[in-house]
Amino acid sequence: MVSVRGISKRYGAVQAVADVHFDVARGELFGLIGPDGAGKTSLLRIITTVLLADDGAASVDGHDVVRDYRTIRSMVGYMPGRFSLYQDLSVQENLDFFATLFGTTVEENYDLIRDIYVQLEPFKQRRAGNLSGGMKQKLALCCALIHSPTLLVLDEPTTGVDPVSRKEFWAMLRRFKEQGITTIVSTPYMDEARLCDRIALMQHGRIMQTATPDEIVAGFTTALFAARSANMYALHLDLLAHRNVESCYTFGEYLHVTLIDSSQGAVQTLSDNLLQRHPEFELISMEPTVEDCFIRMTNGVS
Amino acid sequence: MSVLLHLLAKEFRQIFRDRIILAMMMVMPAGQLIVLPLAANFEVRNINVCVVDHDHSTASRRLTESISRSSYFTLVDVVPSMRSAMNMMAANTIDVALEIPHDFDRRMVRGESPRIVLAANAINGMKANIGTVYLGHVLQRFSDEQYIAASADGLQRRGIEIRTIDRFNPALNYRTYMVPGILALLLTMIAVYLSALNIVREQEIGTIEQINVTPITKVQFIAGKLIPFWILGLVVFSIGMLLARVVYGVIPQGSIVTIYLFAGVYLITVLGLGLLISTISRTQQQAMFMSFFFMMIFIMMGGLFTSIDSMPAWAQTITILNPVRYFIDVMRMVVLKGSTLYDIRHHLLVIAVMGVVLNGVAVLNYRKTN
Repeated sequence: MVSVRGISKRYGAVQAVADVHFDVARGELFGLIGPDGAGKTSLLRIITTVLLADDGAASVDGHDVVRDYRTIRSMVGYMPGRFSLYQDLSVQENLDFFATLFGTTVEENYDLIRDIYVQLEPFKQRRAGNLSGGMKQKLALCCALIHSPTLLVLDEPTTGVDPVSRKEFWAMLRRFKEQGITTIVSTPYMDEARLCDRIALMQHGRIMQTATPDEIVAGFTTALFAARSANMYALHLDLLAHRNVESCYTFGEYLHVTLIDSSQGAVQTLSDNLLQRHPEFELISMEPTVEDCFIRMTNGVS
Repeated sequence: MSVLLHLLAKEFRQIFRDRIILAMMMVMPAGQLIVLPLAANFEVRNINVCVVDHDHSTASRRLTESISRSSYFTLVDVVPSMRSAMNMMAANTIDVALEIPHDFDRRMVRGESPRIVLAANAINGMKANIGTVYLGHVLQRFSDEQYIAASADGLQRRGIEIRTIDRFNPALNYRTYMVPGILALLLTMIAVYLSALNIVREQEIGTIEQINVTPITKVQFIAGKLIPFWILGLVVFSIGMLLARVVYGVIPQGSIVTIYLFAGVYLITVLGLGLLISTISRTQQQAMFMSFFFMMIFIMMGGLFTSIDSMPAWAQTITILNPVRYFIDVMRMVVLKGSTLYDIRHHLLVIAVMGVVLNGVAVLNYRKTN
């Protein structure tokens, strides 16, 4: 459905996207995961034909993003990271306006947006600028879906959205998948990676790995431990200074630790050493997450 | 076509929803058109005069009286020496000093020409110039009266009499002259500012991002922006023409159709300039500055406040590129002189060419992809 071959984009001295390759299959829910400034937005704007790449080629359903941009524009639904609807027009007016620009009507594609639209309906006379954040996001999604696109491109749709709405939003994306819509979604939240069919981990304009979330986690071959103590800062320093510690980083209320030698004896030695300085020291074995993989890859790169 | 109609409907909806912009568009120009011509008055009144009387005769007193009677002059003082008059000028209490020689009366009676000195404070060049000219008129009239009174047989005086007739504005009414020009300026301002700011606003708020991913073409998008402002521009222009008629009694001598035809083409040109500014700017602030810069030049070099003929050659060359100059010219030609479409054909051609160039460059410069 989407094919990206060696795309590069540079803004002055900043290499925003560097030689990126990936493919998205039809009907797939594809996640572009990476921190702010990784180049996600630039990449998505190139795919949606609003930004020209310096190098490389990309196509949507066989249409080249430069040559056939008009065809692509009529088949892609794009929701920019920043709210981009007319704040001085009402919910209804925004929907009608974008429907007519695509030569369609709200009624024609009502089935697709019904689930979201029913939540918006009580506010349909309200100006878009006066909606709450969650409602704005739903309206933007409606407008992106209004012409029944075959490819949906969402740029950080869940940034700044509360956890409940985020959950709802991802449930909605699953439903679009059932309706056969291909979706590319970017997010800085690693926990959302699990909800995608496949993900690409992005950092400094490069894709470090493209795989299913399970494959990525499976690639984490070493044992992972979570450590905790009363004085986390001192513990962090002590762990980093220990000769058997390969890496140690803050992860929620724990420190995630990988060891050079993860044999039972070596782990026992480490615990004994640290218990001398940290009476409450606690070390438990952990299942790695996508974020652990991301951090490991980032460290490997740098 | 239906897409364009929807774009227009959306644009008008947004314009009418923004009450402040709407008021700025309609009420402000109307208010300015009413107030500005009153302020932009080139007539000079209240010229402060000091008379230096060395003669102390009946004739010198009569001359002093006739000066103080004129509504243009305020007689500040009559002093005995030029030195004290110059001190008053240095203190800026007088604009003109008039020195009457000690043999004034005697020479008048003999029919000789007495020599009178006029000294003007040229810090305010215009006031000095007009003040001495007016005083010259007063002196001329005074000398005529004396001469006729002296010749008891009532013989006509000899010499040359100059009589000026001011064509097309016989009463030399400054308002008749200013109003069409000010209207031209106001229309230009509205068209340039609104078109420049509106498109940049879409960019600044980010709505252009959503528009860009739709299949509408850039020509459709731009037409959707320019047509509403073209219509509103003509509405504002009509309000202005009506006010000029009702408030100042300025009734066009020429055809209304000619005026509107020119205004229609002119609006396309200045909207094109606004569009070009918007394609260069990234924020409304930048667009505002750039528009302001252009408006400054347009106003100062448009021939409204300084006659283009009296500008230095290089400045006159610059005004050739100033669209406002042509509009002000056409307004005056058609409104005051009754010029026809044939008379303004060159103006129309120049504005049309400018319109094609400005809009062409703007469309090429505006990109849906960057």
